[in-house]
Amino acid sequence: MGSLQLKSVRKSFGNVDVIKGIDLDVKDGEFVIFVGPSGCGKSTLLRIIAGLEDATSGSITIDGTEVVTVPPAKRGIAMVFQSYALYPHLTVKDNMGLGLKQAGAPKDEIEKRVAKASAMLSLEKYLARRPAELSGGQRQRVAIGRAIVREPKLFLFDEPLSNLDAALRVNTRLEIARLHRDLKATMIYVTHDQVEAMTLADKIVVLDAGVIQQVGSPMELYNKPANLFVAGFIGSPGMNFIEASRLGITDAKTFGVRPEHIALSRDGGDWQAKAVHVEHLGADTIVYLESDKVGAFTVRLFGEHHYAPGDAVYATPSSGQTHRFDANGQAIR
Amino acid sequence: MSKARASLTRTSLVHLALISYAIISVFPVFLTLINSMKDRNAIFRNPMQLPSPKTFDLVGYYTVLGQGDFATYFQNSFIVTVASIALVLLFGAMAAFALSEYRFRGNTLMGLYLAIGIMIPIRLGTVAILQGMVATGLVNTLTALVLVYTAQGIPLAVFILSEFMRTVSDDLKNAGRIDGLSEYAIFFRLVLPLVRPAMATVAVFTMIPIWNDLWFPLILAPSEATKTVTLGSQIFIGQFVTNWNAVLAALSLAIFPVLVLYLVFSRQLIRGITSGAVK
Repeated sequence: MGSLQLKSVRKSFGNVDVIKGIDLDVKDGEFVIFVGPSGCGKSTLLRIIAGLEDATSGSITIDGTEVVTVPPAKRGIAMVFQSYALYPHLTVKDNMGLGLKQAGAPKDEIEKRVAKASAMLSLEKYLARRPAELSGGQRQRVAIGRAIVREPKLFLFDEPLSNLDAALRVNTRLEIARLHRDLKATMIYVTHDQVEAMTLADKIVVLDAGVIQQVGSPMELYNKPANLFVAGFIGSPGMNFIEASRLGITDAKTFGVRPEHIALSRDGGDWQAKAVHVEHLGADTIVYLESDKVGAFTVRLFGEHHYAPGDAVYATPSSGQTHRFDANGQAIR
Repeated sequence: MSKARASLTRTSLVHLALISYAIISVFPVFLTLINSMKDRNAIFRNPMQLPSPKTFDLVGYYTVLGQGDFATYFQNSFIVTVASIALVLLFGAMAAFALSEYRFRGNTLMGLYLAIGIMIPIRLGTVAILQGMVATGLVNTLTALVLVYTAQGIPLAVFILSEFMRTVSDDLKNAGRIDGLSEYAIFFRLVLPLVRPAMATVAVFTMIPIWNDLWFPLILAPSEATKTVTLGSQIFIGQFVTNWNAVLAALSLAIFPVLVLYLVFSRQLIRGITSGAVK
């Protein structure tokens, strides 16, 4: 009841191409996350799916129906915005019910669906309040409730957690994950935060400069990045890239290894290096190193380790967890 | 202002400037008011003096109110002002919404064209306007005045309101679109309430020149039935003798309706319901 197909969708503003031909298949019930740096076109793509922007060319089908010429309200979608976008003059209840009211649903039906959605989000106590009388987290729950009430084929989330503080963000993230399990609805979610992407998604779509860089499950992207961009974007701290020639590798341009896939030792190893800076995070220790052989790189160790700047150490990348990229930045497998 | 940054001398200098400006602005009004309540001799002998029991005289007010036409004049002024404000706000806001919300060819050009109206005084076109009104048979009607004042007020209204409408969150309008609100519903039910303070500002700026105007009533609607207050007061100003008591009384009375309108709009200025809409 909620599949989506995009076929060579393009969008230009004047001479600037923002979306350069996107093909994507979203299956019913999937949680798909668009992730990418600012300006990569992810929000624009979501707005095109919603019908708030017109695609310059290409086709969009929801549940097998071409929707390019269908207005947003008739596409069977619901959207949650970063800024909540609640109607300031309506109560929580009316905010949630407005879409159905506009569609001409009977009163008791609206009543029933609002009651169900507010129970799911524990908003019953606030139904008579106006948005101004709610906290940020409650407002975002109302915005999500407004989407649920419409029982859409497709949920669209546009960076819904960006305006929340860190603790609320984790709670709301869990809530969205729970909703996805309960509703079994198709959700498309835009974020620039890779933690949200990794934790929520069934399928991540990495976008850069208006082009899909890779589509895959979180672990696929982590373990088998298709190119340099994805390798550098997914994972924190980012992957270390080393010129392959420095390591004597001839069949690749760039050698990559994640900071957590390098072992450190004071006694011996592949690369001799010196610690430049150390960050102690409790659960992790992040060591920034400088080596004559491979240049600057980062190592992430689990737990507490007592390295200090200036320490001489040896680093060894663990075999089987390294990546090689050709001159075009594509991964060599 | 936070305590840490407010030095006493600075604050007092600012207040000194504000107070002196306030005195300068209010003084002519004050002078009009006190002199309207004095007898004719006292007005000329001691114009600055407050009315004393000896000089107190409401003869000006008796003259003005006794002359039955003044009720009509007030009514005319009021109708013209209120109708013009309503039309300026409606059409100005709609044009501003279109200019700020929709991307279409010639958008900027249209905005500039409308802004030119702020720079060119409408009075330059008086002759053409009069010819037009004669041709359409609107001379000596209040409609003529309402039309002219609407045209006069729209450029500034569009200019101010389109700036404000740009600040209304796109997400809110898009949420409305997804919920199936028509563009008119988005305009009237989501955007207008949020720019209400700006509308009040525009209303105040539009209202005062209309209420005080003498030029267009004199040219387009000088008949007895369509005279406005400012034009009506002129009957007391003669070439050789001026009935100052009556003129001052008429002007004092003319302040009150506009003061009431101002109070109505300025209440809107402070009342904001935007908080909680976004962020």
